[in-house]
Amino acid sequence: MSTLTETLNVSALSVAFPGRQVLKDVSFSLMPGEVCGLIGSNGSGKTTLLRTILGLQAATSGAVHLNGAVGYVPQKIAFDMDMPLRARDVVGLGLDGNRFGLPLPSLGKRRKVEAMLRAVGAEAFADQRVGDLSGGQQQRVLIAHAMIRRPRLLLLDEPLANLDVRAVADIVGLLHRFARDEGVTVLVSAHDMNPLLGVMDRIVYLAQGRAATGKTEEVVRTEVLSRLYGHHIDVIRVHGRVLVIAAGAADEIPIAIEKHPVHVCEIP
Amino acid sequence: MFASYMINGWIMATIIAVVAGAVGLFVVLRGMSFAAHALPLGAFPGAAAANLLGISELWGLIGFSGLGVIGITQLAQRQRRDVATALMLMALLGLGTLFLSLSGHYAQGVYALLFGQLVSVSRAEIWPVLALGILIIAALGLGFRPLLLNTLSPDLAATHGISAGRADFGFLALVGIATAMALPVVGALLVFSLMIGPAAAARSLTNRPATALLLSVCLAVLTVWVSIAAAYISDWPTGFFVGTLAALLFAVARLSRRFHRLP
Repeated sequence: MSTLTETLNVSALSVAFPGRQVLKDVSFSLMPGEVCGLIGSNGSGKTTLLRTILGLQAATSGAVHLNGAVGYVPQKIAFDMDMPLRARDVVGLGLDGNRFGLPLPSLGKRRKVEAMLRAVGAEAFADQRVGDLSGGQQQRVLIAHAMIRRPRLLLLDEPLANLDVRAVADIVGLLHRFARDEGVTVLVSAHDMNPLLGVMDRIVYLAQGRAATGKTEEVVRTEVLSRLYGHHIDVIRVHGRVLVIAAGAADEIPIAIEKHPVHVCEIP
Repeated sequence: MFASYMINGWIMATIIAVVAGAVGLFVVLRGMSFAAHALPLGAFPGAAAANLLGISELWGLIGFSGLGVIGITQLAQRQRRDVATALMLMALLGLGTLFLSLSGHYAQGVYALLFGQLVSVSRAEIWPVLALGILIIAALGLGFRPLLLNTLSPDLAATHGISAGRADFGFLALVGIATAMALPVVGALLVFSLMIGPAAAARSLTNRPATALLLSVCLAVLTVWVSIAAAYISDWPTGFFVGTLAALLFAVARLSRRFHRLP
C-alpha cells in the first residue's frame, strides 16, 4: 500500500523569519524511490525548507506530510580532528544516539553498523577517526548515520559542496543506488544541478523564496526559470550539462541571480 | 603519608579526580575550557558568602556556581559564549569582592580556596561530596550518547530529538556542581587543570569515546595521587604538582599522537 502513496507532500508551505519571507507557497510531492534535486543559490531557502520538513523550523502556513521515517544529512559538519570518535561510532550513534545509558556492546548493533558501513563503502576506514577522513569519506559516514534506521525519506543538505569531481560522482551514485534498490526517496540540495542531472527524477528550483517544481525537463527551461527569477534567463544544454545564464546590464540583474548557479553575462 | 589524618584527604581527592576526569573530557571536546576556568573563579567567593550567612561552605559554592551556570546560559543566547562567560565572571568576582571584605577575617580562607587544602578533610565533609560525585557520574553515564552526539554536531543531534539548549545547560550544570565540590579541596585555580589536562591527553590516546572517558578518569586520578605523594615527600605545594603534571600529560599525549597516528 505504502509503495503507492507519496513519501513526502509539501503543500503551500510558507516560512518567514522576522523581517524576511524565506519561502512563499512552496508545493511538491515525492514518490518512493524518487531522487529530487533541491536547487538554488546560497540563501535561497534550501536549508530552511529541509529544516521545515524535519520539523526543526516552524512554518508560517502550509503543511508537510511525511509517510515514514526521515534520515537527515546536515550541511557540512566540521569534524574536530581531536574528537575521539571512529567512523563506526558515528554510524552507531545514528542507531542509538538518542538513547540513555552507557553503550553496552551488542552483537545486533554491531551487525547493523557493519552492514551499513558496507552499504556506503566505508569498511576500509571504519576504524579511523572521523576528523582524519577526507570530505567524501565523511559524507559517506554521515549518509550511513542517516540511513541506519532505514528511513523512507533521506534529506541531504549540500552533500556535494567542496568535494572533488570523483567524490561527487561516488556520492551521487550511492544516493541513486539507495533510491533504485531500496525505494528510498532522496531529496538532495545543491547549488549546482549538473552532478545530479543523470539521476534526478524531479527538481525543486528555489529562487527569491518561490519554487518551480516538477520533472527536471519541465522546470529547467527558459520560460519557467525566467518567470521564477523575474528576469530573462537562458537555459543552454551542452555536452549533457545545463548552463543557466542571465544576461543584462549590471544594475538590471536581480540580486538572487548574482550568486551561483546562474552565470551572469553583463551587457553594458 | 598514609597517616589517619591523611586518609580522608586521599579519599576526597580520589572522588574529585574521578569526577573532574569524566566531566573534563566533555569540557575539552565541547571547547568549554574557558567556562571551566571561569566557574571556579567566579564561585569561590560563594564560600565567603556562606561563611557570612553561617551555612555550609559547599552550599555557598553551589549557589554561586549555579548563578554562574544560569547566567552564562542565559547570556550566551544573545552573544558569543566566551563573552557571556567573561561577563558572568566579572559580575561574580565583583560580588565576591564585597563578600570577602564583609567577612574581613577570611583572608586565610581565601588562600585555601584559591590553592586548595587537602590535609584538614573531615569524614563528615566526604559524604556530601561523594553523593554529588555519584550524581554527576550517573548523569554523565546516562546522558553519554546524547551528549556525545550533541558534542559532535548540535544540528545532527537535534534531528534525533536532542535539544541543543538543554544539552548545553545540563552539561554546564554538571560542570558547576563538579566545580563546587572540588573547589575547597583542590582550589579554584586547580580544578581547571585537573579537568583539562588529563582529558586533553586522553582524547589523543584513543579513538574510542568510551575508552577516552575511562582513560581521562584514570589519568586524573593518577595525577592527583602522584601529586599528593610528591607534595608529602618534597613539602612543595600539591597545586604545583597537579598543574605541572596535567600540562606534562597533555604534552606527552600530543607528541605520541604526532609520531604514532592511531589506526
